[in-house]
Amino acid sequence: MAALTLKRLQPLRLEPIDLQLAAGELVFISGPSGAGKSLLLRAIADLDPNAGEVLLDQQPRSGLPAPEWRRRVGLLPAESGWWADRVGAHFMAPGVDDASVPIAGETGAHARDSAQPGASQPAASVVAAETAVAAVAEPTAAAADRQRAQASPLHPLLAQLGFEPDVLDWDVLRLSTGERQRLALARLLANRPEVLLLDEATANLDPANRERAERLIDAYRRNHHAAVLWASHDPDQRERLAPAIGGRRFVVDAGRLQPE
Amino acid sequence: MDLISLSPLDLALAAGLVLLLAWLSWRLHLGIERRILIAAARSTVQLVLLGLVLKVLFATTDPLLLGLLALMMLSVAGWEVMARQRRRFRGAWGYGIGALSMFLSSFSITVLALTLFIGVTPWYQPQYLIPLLGMLLGNTMNGIAVALDGLSRQAWEGRAKIEARLLLGATWDEAIADIRRDALRAGLIPITNAMATAGIVSLPGMMTGQILAGSPPMEAAKYQLLIMFLIAGGTGLGSVAAVWIGARRLFDSRHRLRLERLRTV
Repeated sequence: MAALTLKRLQPLRLEPIDLQLAAGELVFISGPSGAGKSLLLRAIADLDPNAGEVLLDQQPRSGLPAPEWRRRVGLLPAESGWWADRVGAHFMAPGVDDASVPIAGETGAHARDSAQPGASQPAASVVAAETAVAAVAEPTAAAADRQRAQASPLHPLLAQLGFEPDVLDWDVLRLSTGERQRLALARLLANRPEVLLLDEATANLDPANRERAERLIDAYRRNHHAAVLWASHDPDQRERLAPAIGGRRFVVDAGRLQPE
Repeated sequence: MDLISLSPLDLALAAGLVLLLAWLSWRLHLGIERRILIAAARSTVQLVLLGLVLKVLFATTDPLLLGLLALMMLSVAGWEVMARQRRRFRGAWGYGIGALSMFLSSFSITVLALTLFIGVTPWYQPQYLIPLLGMLLGNTMNGIAVALDGLSRQAWEGRAKIEARLLLGATWDEAIADIRRDALRAGLIPITNAMATAGIVSLPGMMTGQILAGSPPMEAAKYQLLIMFLIAGGTGLGSVAAVWIGARRLFDSRHRLRLERLRTV
């Protein structure tokens, strides 16, 4: 549960940027390719040299070790990197505690809706409930499912992206671009970041999988009250997702961040 | 057994083989005849000069002169390591990483060998110091060059992999660990192979030289063993130092991968 504040953050090639995202808020950024959307996200994650300060709630980035910052402010890059042969090896990233709570579907404990204005609209709630089904601990709903969820908190997460648990044994080299993108999202969420920075998170996905990813991201945002900063070049996507929950939209143009 | 002195004519005839090689390269359009001839000329000049310098040094045992020669050997080796990198570190680091790790390994191992194993007095007696240091520098140079090249090349090509790990909260150390391991392994393979095949496939150069010069074969073998172990130790130490410093230099204090610190030659 965290808000994100950019204070005169200056990525490479961009003007200093001030921006505030409340906990659980969704903000889209768009702009022509090469405008610096990715650079902005990389600067927030502290992956490129940059000037200025970023706060996670009240905590300044400069006061945290960079690895901890990146674990808590999770960036999904447009092109994901895979360092091991097997998919599963990428889910044992350092710092992942094997918490027994499901990652994306936990509505029980955090039943209240996101702090975002407009977040309790019926349509959005339905989506959240749907995505939660796989992991909610219903006593009647398949005990096997629950067992599997306990065996690994990853399985419901993978299921929500359309994967069977055996995907963890797959060979990375044989993944399609879309599979990589979905698995990179799963890998990021398994880390339980408090803020999501998404760089074209669904650009290579077919409509069905894009919807799965969008629903998962939405559920994660609600359940973890995570601020989401999403760079998307797809105007339909921004139009479809932002207005329903009052999400703001910005354009990166001529080195500046302006309202869309 | 007396040492049979080589006349300039003997050497000139042997040099004919190199000329033949250069002619072959020209006929077969290999395009390296110039480099072969220049390298042969360089080795002639360098070795004759070294022979002259050593002749003077052996007579004086002046520590200052010895130090100067050792320093010169080191600086050339450092330059050689840098020249073999396709992607070098910018600025003084490009030269410094190789030179420093060779200094750390070759010099310390040489001093160790002279004082502890061979036990010469004074320990800097040039007849032992210079050949030992030369063998160590020459061999650690190869290991370090291979290891550093592997490190910078793999880091360059593996940017997405390294950053993927950083983004999931890995430290710089964790993010580069496997690349560092690979680079080190590559640097250590030549000396490992050399030790494994010594005496069966190849008769090592130093032992050959000693036997030709009239030493008893058993003494030559013992010295060769000593040298091999020293080289293995020196190469290991030097490669570890070079790869460790190099890997650290690829990242800054905020654990960012800074590939702009490399430049492509």
